[in-house]
Amino acid sequence: MSGASLERGLQALREQMDTPVAAFFSSCVHCGLCAEACLFYTETGDPRYTPIHKLEPMRRLWEQEYTLPGRLKKALGLARPVTDEELEAWRPLVYDACTLCGRCSLVCPVGNDLVYMIRKFREGMAAAGHAPEGLIGATTRAVKTGSPMGVTLKALQAQARHVEQETGLEIPFDREGAEYLVLMSSMEVINYPEYLAAITRIFHRAGKSWTISSEAFEATNSGIQIGVSDIAAELVQRVVDAAEKLKVKTVVSPECGHAYMALRWEGPNLVGRSFGFEVKHILEVLDELRREGCLPLEGQETVRMTFHDPCQLVRRGGVVEPPRNLLRTVAAEFVEMNDHGTTNWCCGAGGGVSANEEADELRLKAFHRKKRQLEEIGAEALVTACANCRIQLEEGLEANEMEIPVIGLTELLADHLAAAEQESGESS
Amino acid sequence: MDAAELLLWARGPGLLLAVGIFLFGMLLKLAEILLLGRERNLAPVRASGVGAGFRTVFRRSFSMDRSSLKTSLFVHLAGYAFHLGLLAAIFLYTPHVQLFGALTGLTWPALPSPVVDLLTVIALVSLMALLWHRLTTPVLRLISTGQDYLAWALSFFPLLTGYMAYHHLWFDYDWLLAIHILSAELLLVFFPFTKLSHAVTLFMARWYNGMMAGQRGVQS
Repeated sequence: MSGASLERGLQALREQMDTPVAAFFSSCVHCGLCAEACLFYTETGDPRYTPIHKLEPMRRLWEQEYTLPGRLKKALGLARPVTDEELEAWRPLVYDACTLCGRCSLVCPVGNDLVYMIRKFREGMAAAGHAPEGLIGATTRAVKTGSPMGVTLKALQAQARHVEQETGLEIPFDREGAEYLVLMSSMEVINYPEYLAAITRIFHRAGKSWTISSEAFEATNSGIQIGVSDIAAELVQRVVDAAEKLKVKTVVSPECGHAYMALRWEGPNLVGRSFGFEVKHILEVLDELRREGCLPLEGQETVRMTFHDPCQLVRRGGVVEPPRNLLRTVAAEFVEMNDHGTTNWCCGAGGGVSANEEADELRLKAFHRKKRQLEEIGAEALVTACANCRIQLEEGLEANEMEIPVIGLTELLADHLAAAEQESGESS
Repeated sequence: MDAAELLLWARGPGLLLAVGIFLFGMLLKLAEILLLGRERNLAPVRASGVGAGFRTVFRRSFSMDRSSLKTSLFVHLAGYAFHLGLLAAIFLYTPHVQLFGALTGLTWPALPSPVVDLLTVIALVSLMALLWHRLTTPVLRLISTGQDYLAWALSFFPLLTGYMAYHHLWFDYDWLLAIHILSAELLLVFFPFTKLSHAVTLFMARWYNGMMAGQRGVQS
């Protein structure tokens, strides 16, 4: 982020141009349908939040440098060049008003994957020095301290001791040869210690070996949110090094959407090689344990429960069925929202928006979409699987004076773990 | 130059020129897109993405999202009406089928002319409604560029002049036919260099979208 300049930004953007981008820009007919797919537009009515409009400077650079008519226009001096002022004006559109949720990519009639391009556009924005302060801060902390929120190993160890006292179970740090390497998000360490308690109990009950690395316990990746691939790669590499050093079979991404995206889908591409281990989201692991019969559950919740799909996990990450399989086993009154699964609506705070104070007011407006969805079905409890969604949902519900508890799915399942005494004789 | 001479030029050298520019332009367009290349995905995939890619190519012709169908019913209806009318007029009108047959050796059944006539009217009305929509809704006013209006005009005039020629409206038939053919040739010439080429590139766009999502286990 040091030495940022317009030229560096444009160069970074040029490096992002590829065949899909050219196919997408070539195909856009400006029909405007992506606006209706974007909660920042639907909840504010501001046309600037139309997804394709958020890409306008990138589109012009593409047109002027990668198409014949654009080059001719440029040579004749008829093309308006992309300027620093313009990029600065686009900052709120690209960072505050986009959670990288990808709903636009699902709706576009010509098939444009708009969020694929916004992710790329952020590389140019960051290199040109137009990333928001909040995200720069988070990214700097992530590089220096290992955590975007400045959570240290000591803080995690203190929490682990608490959990050990509470559960009477050991939390294994740096155990070589464990099956699972469990990662955390800073948000969980600070706000939701129940997650660590839940997996400790679940893994113990399932009889699986697991560990936490004291060298790389943070799963989140500010690098992909701000759009600096070098930093994103460095953060992924820390996890890769730890996982390979401990020779684990599977790295478990915590209840966090973009951490999963960073490790599972972007990770190998960022570091330039495939991994010697698998990356799974905690819900994928839990669903496997359920199928293997290692996750004996008892009791059912009787309130009307629904599931909020974290975008990076579901629509962009492909973990669609596991949360449903799991929730159905413990929620007698599980109801889906009207748009759910891959067509879900974002909570309004993903993609770095929650780390960006400039977007605070806007993200609470964007939450109104979720509010209406919850009201439509009369939900009494909201389950999710992303700490970042969870804190936004809690804040949004509170701001709207709605008394709906928000629960992490892993924690809900841990609450329903069958007591060990009843285990004998169970076969399912 | 009189009408007969213009018609002769439009049918002969004009057509060849237009088709030539169209073909050259499309090759260039595809090269501009494909030569950029794409980095190989190193993340282990859930599926090859090929099936999902083809399904997205097909499925995106039908709106799958209930919310946007509800909020943008007009764009959907007018969009379908215009596209279907335009495609029918181009590819299913008897004289056009004969022309394609003469140019390529391929023929296919045509629709009865009165049906094409009706579809043309529907397409013209839809196009006018879509233009009105573009000029009056804040989102479209913001995102529309000169090219959007150019593409509109290039699509509208062949339909309008074709309709007028078919009904022998107001002008001498030879003039109308010559102008109709020239307007279609203009459409061909501009096609590769404007967003009219979406008619071809959207298959690539849908493919990449569907394939990349499919590799992650999502049908987009």
